[in-house]
Amino acid sequence: MIQPETIAAFLAAFPAAVHSEFRGQTRVVVPVGSLIEALTFLKNKRKFDLLVDVTAVDYLNYRDADHRYGLVYLLAAVDTSERITVRTFVDDPTPTVPSVVPLWEGANWMEREVWDMFGIRFEGHPDLRRILLPEEFTAHPLRKDYPLQGRGERHNFPVLHRAEG
Amino acid sequence: MAISVPENVVVSRLDSLASWCRKNSLWPMPFATACCGIELMATGASRHDLARFGAEVFRFSPRQCDLMIVAGRVVMKMLPVLQRIWQQMHEPKWCISMGACASTGGVFDTYSVVQGIDRFIPVDMYVPGCPPRPEQLIQAIIDLQDKVQHEGTITGREFGTRSRQQTKRALVDLPIITLPWGMAPAPQGIREN
Amino acid sequence: MATQETTLHPADADDRPQQQDYVWTLNFGPQHPATHTTLRLVLLLDGERVLDAVPDIGYLHSGFEKIGEHLDYNQYVTVTDRMNYISPMANNVAWHESVERLLGIELTPRCKYIRTIIAELARISDHLLCNGAVGLDTGAFTYFLYAFYQREVLYDIFETLCGARFTNSYTRTGGVMYDMTPLVVEKIRTFLKTFPKTLDDMDRLLNRNRIFVDRTRGVGILTREEAINRSASGPIARASGVARDLRKDEPYLAYADFDFKVCCAQSGDCYARYLVRMAEMRESLKIVAQALENLPSGPVNVDIGERTALPTKNQVYKTIEGTISHFELVMSNRGFEVPHEESYAAIESPNGELGFYLAGDGTHAAYRARCRPPSYIHFSLFPALIRGHTLSDVVAVLGSLNIIAAELDR
Repeated sequence: MIQPETIAAFLAAFPAAVHSEFRGQTRVVVPVGSLIEALTFLKNKRKFDLLVDVTAVDYLNYRDADHRYGLVYLLAAVDTSERITVRTFVDDPTPTVPSVVPLWEGANWMEREVWDMFGIRFEGHPDLRRILLPEEFTAHPLRKDYPLQGRGERHNFPVLHRAEG
Repeated sequence: MAISVPENVVVSRLDSLASWCRKNSLWPMPFATACCGIELMATGASRHDLARFGAEVFRFSPRQCDLMIVAGRVVMKMLPVLQRIWQQMHEPKWCISMGACASTGGVFDTYSVVQGIDRFIPVDMYVPGCPPRPEQLIQAIIDLQDKVQHEGTITGREFGTRSRQQTKRALVDLPIITLPWGMAPAPQGIREN
Repeated sequence: MATQETTLHPADADDRPQQQDYVWTLNFGPQHPATHTTLRLVLLLDGERVLDAVPDIGYLHSGFEKIGEHLDYNQYVTVTDRMNYISPMANNVAWHESVERLLGIELTPRCKYIRTIIAELARISDHLLCNGAVGLDTGAFTYFLYAFYQREVLYDIFETLCGARFTNSYTRTGGVMYDMTPLVVEKIRTFLKTFPKTLDDMDRLLNRNRIFVDRTRGVGILTREEAINRSASGPIARASGVARDLRKDEPYLAYADFDFKVCCAQSGDCYARYLVRMAEMRESLKIVAQALENLPSGPVNVDIGERTALPTKNQVYKTIEGTISHFELVMSNRGFEVPHEESYAAIESPNGELGFYLAGDGTHAAYRARCRPPSYIHFSLFPALIRGHTLSDVVAVLGSLNIIAAELDR
């Protein structure tokens, strides 16, 4: 799926990156400091012009995890159909990564969703508000310490009776 | 003393007549949120043809409707909207909770899905299924028509009794979340979405 | 200022329309007939012209991804049905494509063909509803009825195949729920014969219909650069000239065996998206016909030795391997062997690239089940597409983007 010279060029430019393969997928882990340079390199030099997805994983209970949150950037090249996964890690108490909206407009809502669900801040994002949950919501539900059934928010409404209608 | 009536005159109670008119002219308000909404569309579309049962006049304005069909799961951001629309409908009005999600939350026992709309608004008829087949919805409408007939209008106790009005609050003692609804102005300072 | 241009650049920051007193705000949704589903727009209007649109979503956010961390790999397929409820089969295929990528399962040829067939039928059913709804919103009710009638035929096929007409939950890890019976094959053959006629009728109804063409041509133009920059995929990107189709570019299932075209257009407006969808239905029919003719025989599920697919009842009662395999899979502390790894796999769903990013942690359920929803990404295009058009174009653009709220909000 990915040309060997692509990954060789990437590793030559970013020696700190950790490269791994799993079932035909190429993943690289970069430090959060060089995330933007790595993505810019992939976009401008190696033609990864499509940002497929931005998501996050909370490694609170994960075996052998060194960090709390992992950010995942899935990139694809429209012309050559290459794919690469770029990952980076951040930690509590204020998980922050630089925003990639300047690189891809499409990252806008994806990053807002990650903020909504995980509480990871994106520095430089033009409009970092909650997107799926109401503004009044306080928790970040996809964190592993938030229960599946929530904390009672779903039943926190007035009740209408027949006579009041 | 026997009163003779002509052959083309039927004697009935006014109540029964009014109920009969009402039950055959239900105007549904499709509150279609999710999958059940597609089945609701299928019920109204070519093959199943809800018009055969006198309830096909879907109106999207709550003020013109007397039957609300809640099709699909209702989540906490949507519930205030549901309540607002229910309050905008005129009496007499009925509500069908279509599908497992609207009735009980269904498979979505999660933080954001309301576990049954009957916790927050009155419901007359529940339709099981995920989603229910169009035939099930039609059966529910027929059953509701029976209910309308038997309930009565003038002597009906269902509406108008203010004594049962209670201010029950939520199950959990938290401050009420107020959500924006209706014509809220655009949030300031938003550039690009 | 009211902008006549239809380019994607946002209005100049100094000319913010809010400061002008003739600009008014219109709330659109969340309960509105033309949204089809639950989404809300706050529109800034100058007369009838839309200056800006602020989408507000989350009115159907049900925690799909959270629930994916608690249901096992076979149970979650029922939840994916409810994600894009217009084509549940495509979601089932996408989910198990990702699960099998994570677990490293190679499917049997027959299973690949069956999944290809149902994925293409799902594409037809999705495009029928999408185009039918565009027709309905722009005033062509007859077209909608034609489309919905054919959807009922497809529902019949799915019901014969798996017992449920709507929420199918048809795929299983390492296979499918039931093998395809001769009756299903016959029904699909009949559909292949009758559907092109309806498709021709639908073409004749709308393709050159003056009202429809006037309302959709030149409306909501998405350029190729913007389509790539904003991560568009599927028919929407192809209507803008992005020739990217995962069925060709990264052939999964059995798509490499078939002869079909990738349908593209250049203009990127609502009309182009409509035409691409119409053309894709014909290509899907070609794929289904080829797959049906060459349907391989043999088992539909992977071998029970692999401990992934549940053995049949006959195997459980009559062979010791079947009994052991069933026991191992059903016991709560056994089940699949899931690697401590993360993987992503995507399919070309009717709406675009639908993928799942899975993190396995060795247990029966995924540690993280992220869905890459095409509707979500396409709806973020909406403000850029509608700026400068009139209020009546809102429904045409919304319809042509095919926003499904359950997939949008999850």
